[in-house]
Amino acid sequence: MTVTAPLLEVEDLHVRLRTPRGTASVVNGLSYTVGAGETVAVVGESGSGKSVSVLALLGLLPAGVATVTGRALLDGEDLLAMPADRLRQLRGPGVGMVFQDPMTSLNPVLTVGRQLVEGIRAHVDVPKAVARRRAVELLGEVGLPGPEKAVDRYPHELSGGMRQRVMIAIALSNSPALLIADEATTALDVTVQAQIIDLVQRLQADHGTGVVWITHDLGVVAGIADRVLVMYGGRCVEDGTVDDVLERPAHPYTRGLLGALPDLAVARADGGLPDLATVPGTPPAPTDLPAGCVFWPRCPVRADPRCETEQPPLAHVRGQSRDFGPSLAHRAATWCAEDGGAPGTTEEDR
Amino acid sequence: MTTPADPGPGRTVPSTQPAPQTVTDRPPGAGSDTAAGTLRPARPRWRETLGLLARNPTALIAALVVLGMIVVALLDEQLAPEGPNEIDVGARLQPPSPDHPFGTDDLGRDVFSRVILGAAVSLRVGLIAVSISLVVGTLIGLLAGFYGKWVDDVLMRLMDMLFAFPAVLLAISIVAILGPGLTNTTIAIGIVYIPIFARVTRSSVLGVREEVYVRAARSVGSSDVRLLARHVLPNAAPPIIVQTSVSLAFAVLSEAALSFLGLGTQPPDPSWGLMLSEGRGYIELAWWIAVFPGLAIFLLVLSFNLLGDGLRDVLDPRQRTAMSGGRQ
Amino acid sequence: MSDDVLVSARGLQVHFPVRGSGLLRRTTGAVRAVDGVDLDIRRGETLGLVGESGCGKSTLGNALLRLVEPTGGSVTFDGTDVTGLSARGLRDLRRRAGMVFQDPFASLDPRRTVAQTVAEPLEVHGLRSGKRERAARVGELLELVGLDPAVAGRYPHEFSGGQRQRVGIARALAGEPDFLVCDEAIASLDVSVQAQVLNLLRRLQRRLGLTYLFISHDLSAVRYLSDRIAVMYLGRVVEVGPAAAVGGDPQMPYTQALLSAVPLAKPAEERARERIVLTGDVPSPAAVPSGCRFRTRCPYVFEPCDRVDPALQPAGAAGQVAACHLHGVVGTPVAQEQDAAAPSRRP
Repeated sequence: MTVTAPLLEVEDLHVRLRTPRGTASVVNGLSYTVGAGETVAVVGESGSGKSVSVLALLGLLPAGVATVTGRALLDGEDLLAMPADRLRQLRGPGVGMVFQDPMTSLNPVLTVGRQLVEGIRAHVDVPKAVARRRAVELLGEVGLPGPEKAVDRYPHELSGGMRQRVMIAIALSNSPALLIADEATTALDVTVQAQIIDLVQRLQADHGTGVVWITHDLGVVAGIADRVLVMYGGRCVEDGTVDDVLERPAHPYTRGLLGALPDLAVARADGGLPDLATVPGTPPAPTDLPAGCVFWPRCPVRADPRCETEQPPLAHVRGQSRDFGPSLAHRAATWCAEDGGAPGTTEEDR
Repeated sequence: MTTPADPGPGRTVPSTQPAPQTVTDRPPGAGSDTAAGTLRPARPRWRETLGLLARNPTALIAALVVLGMIVVALLDEQLAPEGPNEIDVGARLQPPSPDHPFGTDDLGRDVFSRVILGAAVSLRVGLIAVSISLVVGTLIGLLAGFYGKWVDDVLMRLMDMLFAFPAVLLAISIVAILGPGLTNTTIAIGIVYIPIFARVTRSSVLGVREEVYVRAARSVGSSDVRLLARHVLPNAAPPIIVQTSVSLAFAVLSEAALSFLGLGTQPPDPSWGLMLSEGRGYIELAWWIAVFPGLAIFLLVLSFNLLGDGLRDVLDPRQRTAMSGGRQ
Repeated sequence: MSDDVLVSARGLQVHFPVRGSGLLRRTTGAVRAVDGVDLDIRRGETLGLVGESGCGKSTLGNALLRLVEPTGGSVTFDGTDVTGLSARGLRDLRRRAGMVFQDPFASLDPRRTVAQTVAEPLEVHGLRSGKRERAARVGELLELVGLDPAVAGRYPHEFSGGQRQRVGIARALAGEPDFLVCDEAIASLDVSVQAQVLNLLRRLQRRLGLTYLFISHDLSAVRYLSDRIAVMYLGRVVEVGPAAAVGGDPQMPYTQALLSAVPLAKPAEERARERIVLTGDVPSPAAVPSGCRFRTRCPYVFEPCDRVDPALQPAGAAGQVAACHLHGVVGTPVAQEQDAAAPSRRP
């Protein structure tokens, strides 16, 4: 973790999409930073805007449909203001991306090696043979068994885990400063997921890559993240270190999400278990966000008269980590913050 | 197993959150529609389909032209100023004039009236022929696609054999066997287009067959007939509807071609193809005899084709996805 | 605990032929999706079935209801042999045993209203005669799963994922079944909605006395919901036992690895945890290793593993059975020629 100038600095990002049902405010004023060697997890349910928020950074949203405003500085250069050419140059050496579905992200009619070689040669002018050697190296590095053979395989000949590793190899082929992983392990089995997470952490340690890890899986977050950003209704509702957010959540939404997880450490005793806590209702439509706090229609607390009328700012949670500087701050956007780690009862009771 | 109410031995489990223990969703429509719901394109449905079609001006005009032609065909006798076979030897080969807007032919018959009456012939042949191929072809495609294996092999090889002949040649052979005449022409055209419908249906069914909702319907005990009628056919229908519209154009064209060759409509009945054929000899002397029926064929075929294209766009789910954008 | 068995599989096999590309498309091999499964599901219990993608757990669930035809072995449902059922018997089975599917966006026919979907089993089995009776029953079922009966006339695309899954559950319950196979029923839902559906499934079980086969790759959910857990690997059940035993003290190395890979939302524990990271990938079910099918990835592999196909045997103190030679070499010796054809062990 670093206190020097961050690698990626996103400021007041807004994304609006034109849809048949009207304008959808998918991302509403998102700000965060990612330092070199740091992993920031962006957590949220479907429709929370977490994927759109990173696609917007890379100019991957359909032009004419999406309107993106704000600033996103990668090493001091604004991604949102730069011409398409420069952005294309940066995809690869600047930013690598891994998506959820490796089958559709890989070209089915080209061999794995060909796709890697093309990726490498798009940015560095090296002979094909050199690029191919580098491709084999990379495949070995991501733990693909038999990289010399795998390089000539087609995507459909590989398993899901192997394809995801190929995607990571492609993303890493130009040693990017920043790696963005969008639900990269969601489609994978837990044992393969463990392998991939292991791999990303190893590579991160070796290359000092900054990582933005987008997921809905709080378990994965606990294992991989330094800091967490919880998104709901296109807003950041809580951020902080992984320990603060997962062990001492302040926002009622974060608390609801954590409570909804079945606890693996608790054995079932013949129906004697209480029901799981749930967040009632469903997330708001981005075309029709509520006034006030985005979460209030589903919120079980609603303890403040301002909930329904005034949008709460992202403010420091009292009594937690406030002396550690901005990168370690624990903030939540709610009028009903739980002060001083009450949800930690789970820990104390055990 | 003990009774479910038994609290179970061992420690009690702390409730981790004070969140309410509700299991009921709010009913939809109460402003709680999900983000997934809004970003996901709505599935094809009739009202929406018509709405989308209305936003496609080309298809809309095409639909209106087709509709107009149908009205003309239905009202033929009322609209036609003269009978189709009223011979007026004194007024042979008259150019277009207020009396005869499309002129008269070599026997002094009013071309305008004959074109109007020909609409009924062309449309009737088109509709009946396409109905034949639609029903038979869809049934074959449905069975082949749904059951696969040898059913598929046998039926589709049969279709391939039919398909291997050039369409007009096949139609000519069938008419040659059955004998010339409007009914036989219609049947011949109907047979010619069976393989197309069989193929389109089969490939659409192959996709729908694997859908989870078909398996779900099977899992509650639905019979094959029920699966096919209630789930597979309705969901496989969009490409078949498009094909119907396109095939109507081809059928009208085929009737014209066969009549032109003397195998379809027999004189003196008016048919656009036959009129074209008859007018051919006078093209330098009296161009209007051939040109007006030709234009009518052109207009109808073009409209059917444009309507087909429009329907294809409207019924294609990908087309709808593109409109909502964002998640790709 | 009652030992009254409702559903039972013996030596159940589902092999899919692999055809060559030649003109005759001769069968050149078989994908052994389910390869000799013995399993009992007791009346009123929830049996959790876990395993990774491709292990055959879904095929097994489908084969129990004969939605996939078994190629060997037998399935008994409430004393009746399911494999030999007539068309009529099969229809009756499908009234008494339902299925809840994974993707609520795919499992509802987009062109049919909720009422039509939920009423389908009623029509198929002639359960309520008359439109009004049927509509009333549909309303009852929707209420049972926590939906407003007033939504009956709506189409699936107007609903959220969680609401659709409730419709799917209502359809599965329409025939008043004894047994439900929940095939990854919560996998496509958001976390908060998963909890809602899990709670609903538990409530329904209590109220209607249902028996569940809960198929999932999510071990936390399986442990939460299940009385007993069965673990599948490459077409075979490799460990079965009480949920606390399999989940708390797994005896088969594969189960141990699987459990250790499940991420927990507790950062401190996550950092402290020792994870068994398996090497390599699951072998193809078209080329199952000889002997123990886990031996190519097992950290404890020893002499008998490639020689003897392990049988389920008592293991551990908590009452489960596991197919592993670490608990004593029991099983079927591998025939010579089969051994030669099998892939060699990884280094």
